[in-house]
Amino acid sequence: MKRRGFAFELGIAAAALVVLAILPVLFPSKALVDFAIRVAAFGIFASSLNILVGYTGLVSFGHGMFFASGAYAFGLLMQKAGTSIPTAFLLTLLFSAALAAVVGAICVRLKEIYFAFLTLAFQMLLHSLIISWQQLTGGDQGLMGGIPRPPFLGINLADQSHLYLFACATLIVSLLIMRHLMQSPFGYTLRMIRDNAERAQFIGIRVWRMRLGAFILAGTFASIGGIIMSLLVSGAYPEFAYWTISGEAIFMLMLGGTSAFLGPTVGTMMLLLLNDVITKFTEYYGLTLGVVILLFALVFRKGVTDFALEAWRRRFGENQT
Amino acid sequence: MLKIEHLCKSFGGLAATNDVSLHFAPGSLSAVIGPNGAGKTTFFNLISGAFRPDSGRILFDGEDIAGISRSGIVRRGIGRAFQVANIFPSLTVEEALMGALHAHREQSAVVRWRFPIPGTQARAREVMDMLGLAAKAKTLSCNLSHGDQKLLDIALALVLQPRLLLLDEPTAGMGPEERWQMIDKVYRLWESEKMTLVFIEHDMDIVFKIAQSIRVLCYGEVLAEGTPDEIRANPAVIEAYLGANLDEQT
Repeated sequence: MKRRGFAFELGIAAAALVVLAILPVLFPSKALVDFAIRVAAFGIFASSLNILVGYTGLVSFGHGMFFASGAYAFGLLMQKAGTSIPTAFLLTLLFSAALAAVVGAICVRLKEIYFAFLTLAFQMLLHSLIISWQQLTGGDQGLMGGIPRPPFLGINLADQSHLYLFACATLIVSLLIMRHLMQSPFGYTLRMIRDNAERAQFIGIRVWRMRLGAFILAGTFASIGGIIMSLLVSGAYPEFAYWTISGEAIFMLMLGGTSAFLGPTVGTMMLLLLNDVITKFTEYYGLTLGVVILLFALVFRKGVTDFALEAWRRRFGENQT
Repeated sequence: MLKIEHLCKSFGGLAATNDVSLHFAPGSLSAVIGPNGAGKTTFFNLISGAFRPDSGRILFDGEDIAGISRSGIVRRGIGRAFQVANIFPSLTVEEALMGALHAHREQSAVVRWRFPIPGTQARAREVMDMLGLAAKAKTLSCNLSHGDQKLLDIALALVLQPRLLLLDEPTAGMGPEERWQMIDKVYRLWESEKMTLVFIEHDMDIVFKIAQSIRVLCYGEVLAEGTPDEIRANPAVIEAYLGANLDEQT
């Protein structure tokens, strides 16, 4: 087993950031910038879901609630409290972590389909709350009037190019932290629980606590995706809390794969590309996407990075992801 | 070491364990035998915390551990291996053992370091050497042979240095040669680690060869207990389980 250290991954991350930074210079396109920001938002969101699905073996159908909590909490803090962006960012993470702790404490006691549907129920509860609490959330119209984006530390997120760099940097830092966590003893404990939760208890792992930890972590990172999305669209909408957002994240995992760390990010790019390309040619977006998803679910049964990883293992005989 | 007092466990109307009282001395090597459905595995499940007893006490070093969580029982020094190898398929042998050590040292939630935490590798290596798994250290657990998976299951319990090790049919599903290799390893393990070892086994050749004392369960009750010679000569055990022609077999 050859394992590369954190310094190596830090180098890769820095190189990726440099490449992303010069990309709009080489290919100046508003659509590309917009696409990259969406990839950042949904890439963090899908990767956070993979902490539950891929590493802990918990399939959540309600992960979108944290995407929405991130967007709404951040938007409300900026609109109503007038805080600075870094303060609102941190407070949003704390709020989402607290929400995840409460919801997770109830949900992680269950497993499989019961867990999945309970998380979905909580998400739809949040969606109903957003719709009905019109005074605070704007109801079905969403947070109206735009989200103020005052400059901080020389960064002006009202400027699309600054927002692009901020989103890319946030994506890379988030992925780096998630990667480190999944390579830590905690990450390996989650793998053990995923593989065999009963056996894990018989070697002394407190399964409920560890699952709750994973749930809080995943919820917190998902809210970062929501923050980026709220900055991009300068608002927050009830659709962020609708069940379809969780479904999209699951599609991203199916397309990209769950066994390679970057699988969800690749899946995000694929789904968003499919979205952008298909809608150019046909109004039957859902139908076409459905066929693609079915192809992956019934024929391939793996995501693209799963295939790549298997090929890598065959070639180099490595056991590890 | 381990004292069971009036232990009862029922499933619906079926008494799987009925007023069982037994004592296992420190450092002993004991077998639990009995026909299928006698309640042997339920007995292990009660000791290891998989089931909560309906009544009775399980005293481990004087502390009543009945009803304590599985992880709590492991922390008190009771390890267990299963009838069907119970492992972590996606981890290598070495990773599984180091992961178990992290859990035991309450380092499961550590996030500031990368896996593994220094110090765990040496103990994992020691256990792999002891059980003959060193050559398979980097092999994914799911790719191991049946016998090696059983060994890994034992290793997962052993790596935590339990004072009491429960082995549920360590030779189940193995061929004759492999069985004796396994039991030889178990015996050497007991000798070297100086722990209390209790095992369930259906192969009477093995039981009578290595066990210092034997407990016979039948219909959830203790039918007999004693040395191998006493059990072999016990008419009730012969009638209920061993059969008259045991001597010819052994």
